[in-house]
Amino acid sequence: MKQETVVRLRVTVEGTVQGVGFRPFTFRVAQQLGVAGWITNSSRGALLELEGPVGAVETFLVRLQTEAPATAKVDRLTVEPASPMGETVFGIRDSEGAGARRLVVPPDLAICADCLRELSDPMDRRYRYPFLTCTQCGPRVSLITDIPYDRANTTMSRFELCMSCRVEYEDPTNRRFHAEPIACPACGPRLALWDVQGHEVAREQEALQQACEIIRQGGIVAVKGIGGFQLWVDARSDTAVQRLRLRKTRPDKPFAVLFPSVSAVRESCRVAPEEEVLLLSPGAPIVLLRQRNHSGLVQSVSSNTPFVGAMVPSSPLHHLLMTELQGPAVATSGNRSDEPIVIDEQEALVRLAGIADAFLVHDRAIARPVDDSIVRVVEGETLILRRARGYVPRSIRVQAPLTNGSAMVPILAVGGHLKNTIALAYGDRVMLSQHLGDLSTLEAFEAFRRAVDDLQRLLAVQPQVVACDLHPDYRSTIFAQEFAERHAVPPVRVQHHHAHVASCMAEHNLDGEVLGVAWDGGGSGSDGTIWGGEFLIAGYPGFRRLAHLRPFRLPGGEAAMRKPWRCAFSVLWETYGEKGAVEACAARQSVKKEGDALAALLHRGIASPWTTSMGRLFDAVSSIAGLCDEASFEGQAAMALEFAAERYEKNVPGDETGYPFAVMRNDGNQAMWVADWRPLIESLIKERREGSSSERIAYRFHLALVDLIGQIAEHATLPRVVLTGGCFQNVLLLRLARRRLARAGFTVYSHRQVPPNDGGLSLGQAIVAAHRSGEK
Amino acid sequence: LAHGSGGKAMRELVEQLFVTEFNNPLLAALEDQAVVPLDELQQQGTRLAFTTDSYVVNPLFFPGGSIGELAVHGTINDLAMSGARPLFLSCGMILEEGLSIDTLGEVVSRMKHAAREAGVVIVTGDTKVVERGAADKLFVNTAGIGVIRHDVAISATRARPGDVVITNGYIGDHGIAILLARNELALESSVESDTQPLHELVQEMVRVCPDIHCLRDATRGGIATVLNEFAASSNVGIHLSEAAIPVHETVRGACEILGLDPLYLANEGKLVAIVPREQADPIVEAMRTHPAGRDSAIIGEVKETPNGAVVMATAFGGTRVVDTLIGDQLPRIC
Ligand SMILES: [Fe+3]
Ligand SMILES: [Mg+2]
Ligand SMILES: [Zn+2]
Ligand SMILES: [Zn+2]
Repeated sequence: MKQETVVRLRVTVEGTVQGVGFRPFTFRVAQQLGVAGWITNSSRGALLELEGPVGAVETFLVRLQTEAPATAKVDRLTVEPASPMGETVFGIRDSEGAGARRLVVPPDLAICADCLRELSDPMDRRYRYPFLTCTQCGPRVSLITDIPYDRANTTMSRFELCMSCRVEYEDPTNRRFHAEPIACPACGPRLALWDVQGHEVAREQEALQQACEIIRQGGIVAVKGIGGFQLWVDARSDTAVQRLRLRKTRPDKPFAVLFPSVSAVRESCRVAPEEEVLLLSPGAPIVLLRQRNHSGLVQSVSSNTPFVGAMVPSSPLHHLLMTELQGPAVATSGNRSDEPIVIDEQEALVRLAGIADAFLVHDRAIARPVDDSIVRVVEGETLILRRARGYVPRSIRVQAPLTNGSAMVPILAVGGHLKNTIALAYGDRVMLSQHLGDLSTLEAFEAFRRAVDDLQRLLAVQPQVVACDLHPDYRSTIFAQEFAERHAVPPVRVQHHHAHVASCMAEHNLDGEVLGVAWDGGGSGSDGTIWGGEFLIAGYPGFRRLAHLRPFRLPGGEAAMRKPWRCAFSVLWETYGEKGAVEACAARQSVKKEGDALAALLHRGIASPWTTSMGRLFDAVSSIAGLCDEASFEGQAAMALEFAAERYEKNVPGDETGYPFAVMRNDGNQAMWVADWRPLIESLIKERREGSSSERIAYRFHLALVDLIGQIAEHATLPRVVLTGGCFQNVLLLRLARRRLARAGFTVYSHRQVPPNDGGLSLGQAIVAAHRSGEK
Repeated sequence: LAHGSGGKAMRELVEQLFVTEFNNPLLAALEDQAVVPLDELQQQGTRLAFTTDSYVVNPLFFPGGSIGELAVHGTINDLAMSGARPLFLSCGMILEEGLSIDTLGEVVSRMKHAAREAGVVIVTGDTKVVERGAADKLFVNTAGIGVIRHDVAISATRARPGDVVITNGYIGDHGIAILLARNELALESSVESDTQPLHELVQEMVRVCPDIHCLRDATRGGIATVLNEFAASSNVGIHLSEAAIPVHETVRGACEILGLDPLYLANEGKLVAIVPREQADPIVEAMRTHPAGRDSAIIGEVKETPNGAVVMATAFGGTRVVDTLIGDQLPRIC
């Protein structure tokens, strides 16, 4: 038999290849194929040297990509030839620290089937152990303190492995070979139940049972989960849920619910196959599902919305709690609204004081707050509303956007003000931080600052450009300005809606120019007013405003956003003048109280900035339709309108039409169109007087918006249309708009990897800045 | 009043008004400058404080005061914030052609009362009348001189972790009073400007605690702006407690309607002080005995972090970052 040529190759693997069982996998393949050499984790990913017959080595390279563990992700393989050294065995070497870091830190992963089996096997030494993990599952980004990903660089470093764990950890054929967070009851973290003073009242299994007992009794338990604390109450007890609402000062906003299993979810909600896949995905996000009529959940869980934010257990601890409770529990973020979740038990005692009745804690530290992600399914595709656990820190590759194929210089993009995320861009990828929250809160701002340091350190990248919003008073903008001065890097200010459009373009690797429909609650416009109902002809380097809503005033600025009826009053004022507006609102209690004052504000233009915001037009219509006059959380009025429209959709007559917009050229600028909503308001007021239902009004309003998009798209004559901004969290609007545009021959793009809301801004800012700084 | 100064009759009229109203030996001399003997000053302290400010307000008269009181109190307060005892003021006026002599007389008379009540003397002055449209009715400039005690060393850089933040009463009254006076806003307007001199209060504070670390009057930009300056200059974190900050219900109500934040509203008789913790209670006690400090309160404390920032524990149990705002409180909500 002919002796095959022996070759030696040096292989660099980039992508998510650490903390996902990649090295043991290569070890097994090497043994099967008789390939010698070694593998090590490097700060670039994984580094291998392979030596063996050319055929075997080639097969190895193919299997490396096709058979890699499900949670691994090979982005790039670089192969260089080397001289054979006569090596005969394959080994796993310790990680090397040096070298430019191009590592992708893996996200936290839901418990795998093998671990789950052990968890419920009384014969297993990890039976009912809340912290069991293996190379295929468990916390990652929430416990990594530095790279490369070794136990020493995680919050597990302080737990010395026992003999049994060490054997598993060092055995390349074992599922737990180099599973960095490996632990067992003998050597790992332990559970404890604390009272509100922080005194331990029970430990381990006893702690777990007592915590469940408190929940069954209607109490509130703060549970230290994977990426932070959650507040748990029984989802079948109205008093318990109401008490949580009261203590959290959260009167209406729906709560997420943890169900014991997918079949339990199905008893309460309708679950489509794609939704089931999401529930059970390694990220295990909160999935917004349609609630069944007799769901078993008390109505106070999701207030008046037809949806439930549902999830299934993702960690062993969650499984154990659910097994014990045998029913759905509210599991909402352990915070006060819009702060990041609490990650430390001492901090929890302070920040959750007055909310939780007990604290179920453990001694495995959480390195950074990673909230539960929230997703929705629209026509089979995933729409991310909050991007955190399970999704971060996966990076987003952006190839096409970079003209001339040059790599991006490192760019720090600091995002918006609410729903903040930051991003670090370098080479051909952008890494977004987890959802950080409202930067007005100290906790979110501190998490923001830590995230800036974190991303730089984990990626070993020094930003050479810092990108931010145009709004001078966004906390993130102020930070960017200071950062630019301190590090002598240029700041690039990116218009809010341009960033929205660019983020969606970047996700889809679009280049050239598109029509961007950027609809949201509002952002600083280039002219100093608040934009938000925008049609932009946009590319990465710049944009032109093609059309916008007719402006109206926001009487009382931010106060108008908490009180949708103020938007209604302002819109009616523009439509009918002062007298008409007062008449139209005469019956309203809220208007009676503050109406005169508001009229004076509008009359004199005091504290009433101009806006073209679509979000505020939604608020106005929601109020006029009688659905929501005052909002206790962002988007409440718009959601009420969406859900009302959806109720009507089931029995909508085929010939239903939208209310009219008057689209005309801008007086001052002939190249620009203005969408005048006054005819729309007139028709809907008329219809309301004639007794049309809120549902019908809501639906016809949605149709009007879809018509408007269609009309402007015809004017723009660009084949590609991007739908972005917070308004496109509205699934009905998104669905109708996509259909309408597709029917007219346009190619439509909406968000899949980042949220359409301000959580995606940082991606857009980064990519715009990359193009702007490339120009010079 | 007619434009084209230098007219003899006109000059006499104004001189007459000033001399009779402000009536004091230094001014009555009608020289081009006031002359102050140094030894008198030296008895009161070792350093001189000197400041100037111009006053522009629309309308000239508003509930609780007028441009006259503002011009006297504002400059007195600027002096007082260094710990100085204010002694002399100058008064310069730009008058728009057509302003009635009665209006001018009323302003001058109010300045007289304000100065007398505060125990300061207006020792020199000047007026110019400009063409219609070149000024808005009446602008006033005052400069002031005061003397600082030897043991006082107030500076925005001296806030230290552990210190306590104090204010002398209800905030935001002036800002809302002006807004309401300017625009018939149809709000119940029982709000009056808080314009008042603070130097006596400060003297009282200095008496109890010569080692006051930071002190400033919270005029334009409100207490938020002053505290941000302290935090930045001293490189410390200032932590306020929303529940502890005195705000009149009427002001709160107006803010709710206007979408404004009382922390950013202008005051004309409110100071913010940062003092060592062990002195806080005695100072507040002493302040409360003075009419300008009746509602004094401890409103926060100084910590190491967040460096250079002001934060506030809100009524809802959260902690909010209180920034210096650049825009006109433009909404940040998307
Ligand atoms: Fe936005
Ligand atoms: Mg001043
Ligand atoms: Zn596992
Ligand atoms: Zn062990």
